[in-house]
Amino acid sequence: MSNPARAESLEQLERLVAALMTKGVVSEAELAAQQASTDRASPEIGARMVARAWLDPAWRAMMLKNGTEAVEALGVSMAGAPPLGVLEDTARRHHVIVCTLCSCYPRAVLGYPPHWYKSFSYRSRVVREPRMVMAEWGSPVPDDIELRVVDSTADYRWMVLPMRPAGTEGWSEDQLAALITRDVLVGVALPKLPA
Amino acid sequence: MTPRFSAGTRVLVKNDWPEERGPCHIRTPHYLRGRSGQVERVLGAFRNPEDLAFARPAETRVLYHVLFDQPGIFPTDGHTPDKLLVEVFEHWLEAA
Amino acid sequence: MSDTEHPTEHTPAIHDIGGIQRFHCTPVEYDEEPPDAFGKRVDALRQLLARKGYMTVDELRRGIESIPEPEYFALTYYERWLRSIELLMVEKGVVTKEELT
Repeated sequence: MSNPARAESLEQLERLVAALMTKGVVSEAELAAQQASTDRASPEIGARMVARAWLDPAWRAMMLKNGTEAVEALGVSMAGAPPLGVLEDTARRHHVIVCTLCSCYPRAVLGYPPHWYKSFSYRSRVVREPRMVMAEWGSPVPDDIELRVVDSTADYRWMVLPMRPAGTEGWSEDQLAALITRDVLVGVALPKLPA
Repeated sequence: MTPRFSAGTRVLVKNDWPEERGPCHIRTPHYLRGRSGQVERVLGAFRNPEDLAFARPAETRVLYHVLFDQPGIFPTDGHTPDKLLVEVFEHWLEAA
Repeated sequence: MSDTEHPTEHTPAIHDIGGIQRFHCTPVEYDEEPPDAFGKRVDALRQLLARKGYMTVDELRRGIESIPEPEYFALTYYERWLRSIELLMVEKGVVTKEELT
């Protein structure tokens, strides 16, 4: 579990913020605005991109070529954000994303990384035993699928473009987007139709 | 900046351990050192994080997406066709 | 199980944990909690300081990686960030150690 911060850490943070404010480095209003902007990013952006890619081949090609451009085409600013790469699953290949060195995560299209993504166990295990981790979480990967574990070590951020599930023929973009969760975009789960 | 390698080139990650020589910041995971893989894609050029981390002037370096056979690195499940796809800077790579 | 398959005698740095034995059989706890108020505030502060040119994300990582092992594993994620931001702000002379204690 993500343990709550200790009281002494809360005090430490406020001492630092107070010192930075005294020197005019940051203000309370700027902190609030920064947090609000971070709070606005959510997996709905990534889900929208994928749903559109399942329906529109031109959009799909553009998104695979330049993920950053695709995000901006949805009206989300990528100014200052690392470039976004999109990894295409096929009938024979699936991608799953991790950052073993820290916690690099495509925040622009997914929001805050969840606790498990930053955990020592996920970071350590997914490169070594990805099939076991995925099976434990209810998404076993068939033996004949090539699993590509993507270790996000440097300047790019990555999201997965999964396969469109069978049984969704004729669905609208909104219906398709509802199938695409954060976990699907990280690759630890596959899109599932509602039971 | 002209990339030294192109998609499909076999490359070897240097078996270098700067963390044993003193304070440093590197983005090449331990499990790739001395391993060979294949360039999947040239990703572009970025300022060297090893210098940025210490606020030193940082040169631009070419970054590659490099594909490695996963069972060759972590042989716990050698029957699968799995791969590791990792961003590696050019100064960590040699022609294999 | 020993790590015999690794061809070298090298010990990875503290944060370089891909595939290491220490977490081999540890289940990944699925936890849906978003960051708490403390975490979000540290996160916002980090981004703001980066945007204003006071620090880079690379420096943040270097600061985190320099936390001694017992503390590294005892601190929470955003507590490690806070420790690193403090280190950097003191190192750069933006604030003094005395102001933080």
